[in-house]
Amino acid sequence: MRRQVVLITILAILMGLTVWITSLDKIGIYDVFSWSDLLSDARAHLKMVLIAELIATSIAVPLAILVTRPGLKRLATPVIFGANVGQTLPSLAVIAIMAPLLGFGLQSAIVALVIYGLLPILRNSYAGINNIEPAIIEAGRGMGMTNGQIARKIELPLALPVIMAGIRISTVITVGTAELAVLVGGKGLGRITFTGVLARQPLLILQGAAPTAAMAIILGFILERIEKWMTPRGLQLKAGVS
Amino acid sequence: MIRLDQVTKIYPDGTQAVKKVSLEVGEGELCVLLGPSGCGKTTTMKVINRIVPITSGKIYIDGADITKIDEDELRRNIGYAIQEIGLFPHMTVGQNIQVVPALKGWPKDKRNGRAEELLELVGMNSAEFMNKYPSELSGGQRQRVGVARALGADPPILLMDEPFGAIDPITRVRLQDEFLKIEQEIRKTIIFVTHDIYEAIKMGDKIALMNEGRLVQYDTPSNLLFKPKNEFVEQFVGADRALKGLQLIRVKELMTGTPPLAKADERVVTVQARMEREGVDCLAVVDNEGKFLGWVDRANVEKGETVRDIINRSVATATANAVLSEALSLMLSSGFKTLAIVDEINKLEGVLSFDAIQLALSEVAQRRGSE
Repeated sequence: MRRQVVLITILAILMGLTVWITSLDKIGIYDVFSWSDLLSDARAHLKMVLIAELIATSIAVPLAILVTRPGLKRLATPVIFGANVGQTLPSLAVIAIMAPLLGFGLQSAIVALVIYGLLPILRNSYAGINNIEPAIIEAGRGMGMTNGQIARKIELPLALPVIMAGIRISTVITVGTAELAVLVGGKGLGRITFTGVLARQPLLILQGAAPTAAMAIILGFILERIEKWMTPRGLQLKAGVS
Repeated sequence: MIRLDQVTKIYPDGTQAVKKVSLEVGEGELCVLLGPSGCGKTTTMKVINRIVPITSGKIYIDGADITKIDEDELRRNIGYAIQEIGLFPHMTVGQNIQVVPALKGWPKDKRNGRAEELLELVGMNSAEFMNKYPSELSGGQRQRVGVARALGADPPILLMDEPFGAIDPITRVRLQDEFLKIEQEIRKTIIFVTHDIYEAIKMGDKIALMNEGRLVQYDTPSNLLFKPKNEFVEQFVGADRALKGLQLIRVKELMTGTPPLAKADERVVTVQARMEREGVDCLAVVDNEGKFLGWVDRANVEKGETVRDIINRSVATATANAVLSEALSLMLSSGFKTLAIVDEINKLEGVLSFDAIQLALSEVAQRRGSE
């Protein structure tokens, strides 16, 4: 509850800042971005994040399922290691390297965001599936469930909350990273922020940064709701007890 | 019927978990796999539903080689209750019990009905518990649901790995007693793994005592106790086995299954003659349905004309699954040297005499004396 109050307060401050700055006429000698610029950049930003997350999720979750299969467990370590390496590269470097590889444009930005957003989902999905009590899986096997049935009826439902948490973490991070997309020809709120950086105008930087932060908070909040909603009731009760 | 023939399991790391175990479990029998931890008892159980693939040997169920049966199909016909219970936390109690029936494609109504029936069987109110989640249950209740789930699709065989393991001793004893009762009703072939000799002798028709992957002795509980095959069995059973015998031997092993009887409307003289002929001091009186009514005692034959006049109705009875210490205690407190053994509906199953207990225990004493 207290956390929600804090979040809403921060959100209000960020929104207030954005509205106030946008309603200014000029900052120094610079024009502020208009409402329509702001909105279209925000929309582009959101679109980029959602596409990247969609791709990252549809790679990471199946990959996690794959490396937790009994016959393929030895793949888990290299795969997780690879994703870890992806995460340790500075985000700026990942994005920057995409331009010479894939050319300037949205595609480079999205590929970079996918690489960067993959790890939290992969790591959580892997942990979520791998940490299911072995007795539960063995009970399923012992009752004559096929491998597919165990995956669909036991592993996925039980791992779902953890997988969703991974998607949430990844999304929040990606909203921030997407600021850099503008450097390789992508769009988004980074355009405003970097204009501010180049112009050395803190308020102009804030005009891009504040709505970005607000977007991260809002998406995080929505995904948290979905996560709760997707958690099987039997597990919610458990969480309630402990 | 389950038959293991020279079954050997060597794990990839070289551990020889099971070494040439041959074992036969008859239909409707409860076979306990007993032994210290690491003796291979759990592995021996798990090879039967092929959770653990064997290295060599053969396993037959009703004469059919289990490797010739589809793995999943085989498992759906073998109830499985494991140590940590393994209830699915995201499914309700009802859904958990219906897992195998659902896998077998039973229609929903039949599945639901079966789940309700099984919950009642394990002593839980179906209306109250069907829609609860495992996390809302106590440890004992979870164990019960675990047993109910194993019985889900009415499999002819049950595998149980310390199913009453992780609960407090009092609940444990209660669950054991209840399970014995259920077992009488369902008549399954059961493989039951435990490391607890008390539980083994209480539950088992036969006990397979294992050590270091080998089957050391496969015998009835009383033979295991009183005719140990070697030093290991003796040590495992313990030096106080004469006293343990009282707690470990069940009444049904020593009782006379077909004792001479009397009917309430018989004349005392007839009954008296029968006592003399059989060489006993008292007879159990039963009604026409075989229900136990009381005792007729030679000391009272002067007091009436028919059995009905002199019957002693105020005596305690025990069940065939009671242990000797309970039986003995009932004898001592009732002052009667014979105990009627009845089932749940008071039908006479046999009688147990003090002499029979003494004889069983003196066998032990003799054995020990000759050592």
